[in-house]
Amino acid sequence: MNDTPAPAPLMVVRNLSKTYHVGHGRHLVAVDGISLSVMPGEMLGLVGESGCGKSTLGRCMLRLTDISSGQVVFEGRDITTLPERRLRPLRPRMQMVFQDSSACLNPRRRIGDLLAEPLRVHRGPDGRRRSAVDIERRVRDLMDLVGLPAAALARYPHEFSGGQRQRINIARALALSPRLVVADEPVSALDVSVQAQIVNLFADLQARLGLTYVFVAHDLAVVRQVSTRVAVMYLGAIVEIGATDDVLHRSAHPYTAALTAAVPRHVVGATPPPPLGGDIPSPVNRPAGCRFHTRCPYVQDRCRAEAPALHSIRPGHEAACHFPLAPHRDGSVDA
Amino acid sequence: MARVVTAPSQAGDMMPPCIRVLTQVSECHTIMSAQTQPPSPGPWRQAARNLVRTPSAMVALAVLVAVATACLLAPFYAHAIARTNPFQSTVAGTIMLDGRDVDIMQPNDNPLHLGLSPIGPTWRTTYMLGADSQGRDVMARLLYGGRNSLLISAGAAITCLLLAAGVGIVAGFFGGIVDTVLSRIMDIMWAVPVYLFAISLSIVMVSQQVRLGPFVLRADRLFIPVMIIALVYVPYAARPIRGRVMALRRAEFVTAARCLGVPGWRIMLRDIVPNVMTTLVTLGPLLMALALLAESALSFLSLGVQAPQPSWGTIIQDGEGLIYTRPMVAVAPGIAIVTVVLALNILGDGLRDALDVRDGGRRS
Repeated sequence: MNDTPAPAPLMVVRNLSKTYHVGHGRHLVAVDGISLSVMPGEMLGLVGESGCGKSTLGRCMLRLTDISSGQVVFEGRDITTLPERRLRPLRPRMQMVFQDSSACLNPRRRIGDLLAEPLRVHRGPDGRRRSAVDIERRVRDLMDLVGLPAAALARYPHEFSGGQRQRINIARALALSPRLVVADEPVSALDVSVQAQIVNLFADLQARLGLTYVFVAHDLAVVRQVSTRVAVMYLGAIVEIGATDDVLHRSAHPYTAALTAAVPRHVVGATPPPPLGGDIPSPVNRPAGCRFHTRCPYVQDRCRAEAPALHSIRPGHEAACHFPLAPHRDGSVDA
Repeated sequence: MARVVTAPSQAGDMMPPCIRVLTQVSECHTIMSAQTQPPSPGPWRQAARNLVRTPSAMVALAVLVAVATACLLAPFYAHAIARTNPFQSTVAGTIMLDGRDVDIMQPNDNPLHLGLSPIGPTWRTTYMLGADSQGRDVMARLLYGGRNSLLISAGAAITCLLLAAGVGIVAGFFGGIVDTVLSRIMDIMWAVPVYLFAISLSIVMVSQQVRLGPFVLRADRLFIPVMIIALVYVPYAARPIRGRVMALRRAEFVTAARCLGVPGWRIMLRDIVPNVMTTLVTLGPLLMALALLAESALSFLSLGVQAPQPSWGTIIQDGEGLIYTRPMVAVAPGIAIVTVVLALNILGDGLRDALDVRDGGRRS
């Protein structure tokens, strides 16, 4: 690993911010100067409480919302300000799976029609328009890929269960053989039992098609299943990022530690850190200093005054904390 | 990249085996039933089924069909049954009633015996609803008038919907400055009272010939009231259409289509327009009811259908002077208007409920 030159990242996000005007001259900072890179073949989990800006980040990465400031580079090309017309040829290589599996399928169109749509719009790999026969074949292959019968093609979205609909959405996202798939909480609206099936489908497809995922989720158990790397977000910023094991088992940021402690597990004797009090502060009025200091159980004076930047804890593991936690051997942590 | 991907065979390792079996069975079951069932009906067919199951809407539809059929058969009634035509004025004639000759224009029953009253309803084939002040058969005129009234109101409703759909879809889809300009124009039009606006337009159009390039429209053309009424109600229809388009533009499936790289015009045609069609279909009968009322009002004021052409509004005007002696002349077209407007409104309500896509599929 050390000898081979590092591969070029598939997507680089530099200092990305997304601000919404909420009237009366106030601004909601949904994403606050995030930088990260997504390497080809990796599965990056984006975790955080609802409202922390993880979905907005995912949408900004695919240019589905306008970017307030910063830069998004996809396959070495700056797409931050690319007009929609010039973005369209790149769309096949970056796709999204949406959270609400029913809202993102037009209720008046049949599944076969919905799946064929991207194939009709984009030219085939040979640079020519796909023929109806090719499209038909590809649509059937896609249904097979996600484990749905071809008979379902003549049906309407509302005739399927949430899990089946999410399979259809995955099939549609994969229709154009993308390199990058941003999955925006793809399983959080599903029953727990169905969640497992869809998560496994994601993992299976990654292995078969060599996909790169950015997997947005608030469920750590799900993220642990599908991620090679995890970024933890709090109030629009990344507070900790690193390999899944490092972040989830050797957490350096008190917020990550609190998140992992909130997941029930059966380790006897380990004393988890105290549960977090209070609510996530409003992204309209963010606290000064460290953005987590209002809820941090280990808060010090320096935290209230000075905002910590991400710094390295160990190779490939960074946290934004003045006083990162030192892990014990048994997995429990300490200030 | 140390993590090994979970193979599908290990699919259930996150949950107890019993749950895994259960969920697989349940998902298999729905997929299997999806295979065996016949192909699902489209949303339009589903809406039609819902509509057929709504008794009030079906009654309203039957009434409308009956009225329209009767009006379409007006020439048959006039020539074969009443043996007259809607323009035939009979001032001096008599008809046979119960073996006696009865004057069509009778001396007035007022004490001074001044003037003449037309014959009242005979409830026979001739002069079934009596005659108007010029001795014309009211029933024949009612049926012929219905042709004009229904044609104008339907034509105006369709024209208005097309115009409003254009304005609403463009304003809602493009937003920004396009939306601002179109919406302000609509606001200005809407700020003028509808009938006042229609009357002003009519006065201009009826008193002068309308020149559209090489085409000259004479005042007696039905096209003029159609155009006026359509224009006047454009803001009324454009506003809900624009709102629907704006909501659809923000719908997740439009974002999903954009994410798939579908061009904007194609999203508009394939994703937005089919969803707006339900709004258009729902608005159709309601607009036709409004147009019918507007047409009657304009015709009553001699600004719509021009004499001697009949319409329900003009017949009411003809009957105005006879309201004390021969009320049927004005009441009959009044009943026709009320019946049709009511039926159109009930049908519109039924359509709105039947087209509700969200429960459309689940109601069966």
